[in-house]
Amino acid sequence: MTATVTSAPSRPPTASDTASDTAPGALRALARHRGRLIGAGVAVALVLGAVLLGGGSWPASLAVDLSGPLERTSDWIVDNRDGHPLFLYFLGHVSNVVVVSVRAVYLLLLALGWAGVTAAAGLVAWRVAGLRLALTSVAAFGACGLLGMWVPTMQTLALMVVAVAASVLLGGLLGLAAGLSDRMNRILRPVLDTMQVLPAFAYLLPVVLVFGIGVPAAVLATVVYAAPPMARLTALGLRGADAGVMEAAASLGATGRQRLLTARLPLARKELLLGVNQSIMMALGMAVIASVIGAGGLGDRVYQALASVDVGAALAAGVPIVLLAIVLDRVTAAAGERIGTPPAPRSRLGWTLALVTTAVVAVAGRLTDRLTWPDAWTVDTAEPVNSAVDWMTAHLYSGVPLVGGTADWAGRFTTWVLNPLRDGLQWLPWWAVLLTVGALALFIGTWRTAVTAVLAMAAIGVLGVWDPALDTLSQVLAAVAVTLLLGFALGIAAARSTRLGRALRPVLDVFQTMPQFVYLIPVVALFGVGRAPAVAAAVVYALPAVVRITAQGVRGVDPAAMESSRSLGATGRQQLFQVQLPLARPALLLAVNQGVVLVLAVVVIGGLVGGGALGYDAVFGLAQGDLATGLVAGAAIVCLGLMLDRVTQPTQRRDLAGKGA
Amino acid sequence: MAHTRIALGGSALVTAAALAAGLTGCGAADMTRQSSPYADAKGSRTVTLSVQSWVGAQANVAVAQYLLEHELGYRVDTVQIDEVPAWDALSQGRVDAILEDWGHPEQEKRYIDDKGTIRRGGDLGVTGHIGWFVPTYFAERHPDVTDWKNLNKYAEEFRTAESGGKGQLLDGSPSYVTNDKALVDNLDLDYQVVFAGSEAAQITQIKQFAKEKKPFLSYWYKPQWLFEKVPMTEVKLPAYQEGCDADPEKVACAYPHTPLQKFLNARFADRGGDAAAFLKKFRWTTDMQNDVALMIADQKLSPQEAAGRWVKENEATWRTWLPS
Repeated sequence: MTATVTSAPSRPPTASDTASDTAPGALRALARHRGRLIGAGVAVALVLGAVLLGGGSWPASLAVDLSGPLERTSDWIVDNRDGHPLFLYFLGHVSNVVVVSVRAVYLLLLALGWAGVTAAAGLVAWRVAGLRLALTSVAAFGACGLLGMWVPTMQTLALMVVAVAASVLLGGLLGLAAGLSDRMNRILRPVLDTMQVLPAFAYLLPVVLVFGIGVPAAVLATVVYAAPPMARLTALGLRGADAGVMEAAASLGATGRQRLLTARLPLARKELLLGVNQSIMMALGMAVIASVIGAGGLGDRVYQALASVDVGAALAAGVPIVLLAIVLDRVTAAAGERIGTPPAPRSRLGWTLALVTTAVVAVAGRLTDRLTWPDAWTVDTAEPVNSAVDWMTAHLYSGVPLVGGTADWAGRFTTWVLNPLRDGLQWLPWWAVLLTVGALALFIGTWRTAVTAVLAMAAIGVLGVWDPALDTLSQVLAAVAVTLLLGFALGIAAARSTRLGRALRPVLDVFQTMPQFVYLIPVVALFGVGRAPAVAAAVVYALPAVVRITAQGVRGVDPAAMESSRSLGATGRQQLFQVQLPLARPALLLAVNQGVVLVLAVVVIGGLVGGGALGYDAVFGLAQGDLATGLVAGAAIVCLGLMLDRVTQPTQRRDLAGKGA
Repeated sequence: MAHTRIALGGSALVTAAALAAGLTGCGAADMTRQSSPYADAKGSRTVTLSVQSWVGAQANVAVAQYLLEHELGYRVDTVQIDEVPAWDALSQGRVDAILEDWGHPEQEKRYIDDKGTIRRGGDLGVTGHIGWFVPTYFAERHPDVTDWKNLNKYAEEFRTAESGGKGQLLDGSPSYVTNDKALVDNLDLDYQVVFAGSEAAQITQIKQFAKEKKPFLSYWYKPQWLFEKVPMTEVKLPAYQEGCDADPEKVACAYPHTPLQKFLNARFADRGGDAAAFLKKFRWTTDMQNDVALMIADQKLSPQEAAGRWVKENEATWRTWLPS
């Protein structure tokens, strides 16, 4: 089935086509001319639609106004939060457990003192990943202290520990269910797929409404965001267990439980650790967004600094997040790589040594009364960063000879790209938009993705936010176009030049882990207020993933194909366009898909810098506690994300690494 | 080997669950009475203050925090929350006090009158006013722009890429009180409201306009430190009368002058001891707030440094706030 559906329109018959000889000839012809058929179908439908349905945006009669019921729900929750059994006996306990655990971790970290925490981080890294990473970890924690961010870093770390533990537990259980039962797998897979494309911003409002502003809400929103990769990877690991090993275990008379514990789970260790790694990265990516709902810690410092347009201070709080992310990522990745190698001799001794050293350092810190990071040891980085930003805005904003300033570019981009795109999309009759979405999805993916995409788009209309959604869509499309243009160029360049690739890697790492919020203020300084800065921030954020996937894809092209083309006398250029790019097509499609998902996440946050549309509604809902506006916008963002993902989704499920949080 | 490890993990899990249940108790858990996990660390008394996103509010909090920490021996946590959610957080005790509120009648009725979870904390001493402003350099060249009736004449000059064919009225954060969309409609103005989305974005944009001496029309409010950097003149809207803004759809008058208010969580007000007494007495002036705000936003001092400087020079004022 999939073989016929995915075959490219003008492909000559291959083994899979001839193999399905038993299928009726008409069907095969149908499959072969799929592209042309879709085109013809669309043309007929367009004419029919124009005659029968006319033009215009989504008809009001097909929309449902949810504001009444949503406002009543919101009022009910606020009025019953301190009395209803559901809150007292269930949600209250959930919230309480979160508060108690975060507090326990936080107090432990404070009790260890800065020296103890740094020593512990260094020693754990040393045991797991060797001396080099140990030094990196110590340097990273030292930098957090130097930047004057020790206490916020510990708050964020405490929250992250609890959120990641909960994500791993929840994701692991879901993954276990999906890994062992086919039915659960069928039910869970689309849900997990969907959760992974949702912009985090859309989750916040419902969580806040139930749990109120504060740490519990922040932890739960983070868990919702970080658990899916763990679940997916656990399921994948369990399902991928070597059939031979399983057979052997069964023939030795192992019970189902024994087989799970002694064969399947150990075999899936690599995937499990990768899942933990992904959960950590996603959770850290959420740290700043969660500060909007009271997570405190580093995220809150970033958020507060941005409120007074203090990019330097925002960066000082953003850098520790990046450092934490890099350390945790490298350490868990190293742990994953070591799996399978036999444990080093005297490994227990090493761990004991690490434990004892940490204890000694912590006690020493306590005795010398040096638990908090000394104030004298901080460096003010905000000042130079701010003057650099000021210089940039002063010299680049406008009046640059020949090319014009960034503000002029932004103005031109808005007038000549964003406005026509938005007006064009909004001018299109609603049924034509649905048709286009369906046809595109069918062309790239399968009928299943097409149905989902069309339904998601229709749901936006039903929610009554058709026009703002198309406005957001126009921004996404413009940003994706720019991202792909730059990303493909850079990715190809990086793949063809090892030196450039190596130089780019750390830059991409940092850009990918930098909290999206930090980009917002510099882009306003450069591009003014409006949709252009939102697009610019989205491009900066999505670019690393696109560059990385493109470079990997191009580099991963079969060396034999490259060699043979060279022996046939192809020039470098011919090689690129006729061998490398066509062979890297799956990777390029994946890059498009990832680019779209990441761009949407930031375009939505662009509501904070004048992006308007759905993002503004979501921000408005959060800021005013207005469930009707915020939740409808959130749902529409979800639908838009779903639609964009499905439309760009090649039949092969994309890379499990997920979006780079 | 693997088996024992997993079994260990399982038992650890059970222990953790039991521990959690033990810690949280088996009865009812009212989450409206849970404080922040970061509060009261190391046996200190902690006060949690809500900071809104604008710098004036940061100035209030910075000075209150400085005095609470240095004079009364408290530890202060600050959380940045938008105006309306802050009321909810205050009623739940997630924060202990809001020091500057611009008037939220609906929330006042719900939380103070009906539920009794929030107590009034008195005047802040600062009077707030929202309005439409043009830069003074533009108002001097075109004095008649300060009357709303002439705004349409200048719509062309206020045009930007974002506002399309109309003039741009720059609005700020979605969390702020605004009637601007209704005002533009009801006064028949040829303007488009463009939401900057956050105050930070709005300030950045205003500064960029000012640097090039470009004209702009913006929603803005007093007291605000930016006036010291970019002098602005208010555009006169039809005069405010009591109740003229009752129906949000039909507003066609200026914004009122609002004496800014403090609010305390009810339990904190009763049992907050010195901290609650101090916050109730905290009362300063528009100029004082502006001094501190300017140090934070313009000289880029950290809020604590700014507060420290102000406290050093104004002892006579803050002495009276301390509980006797």
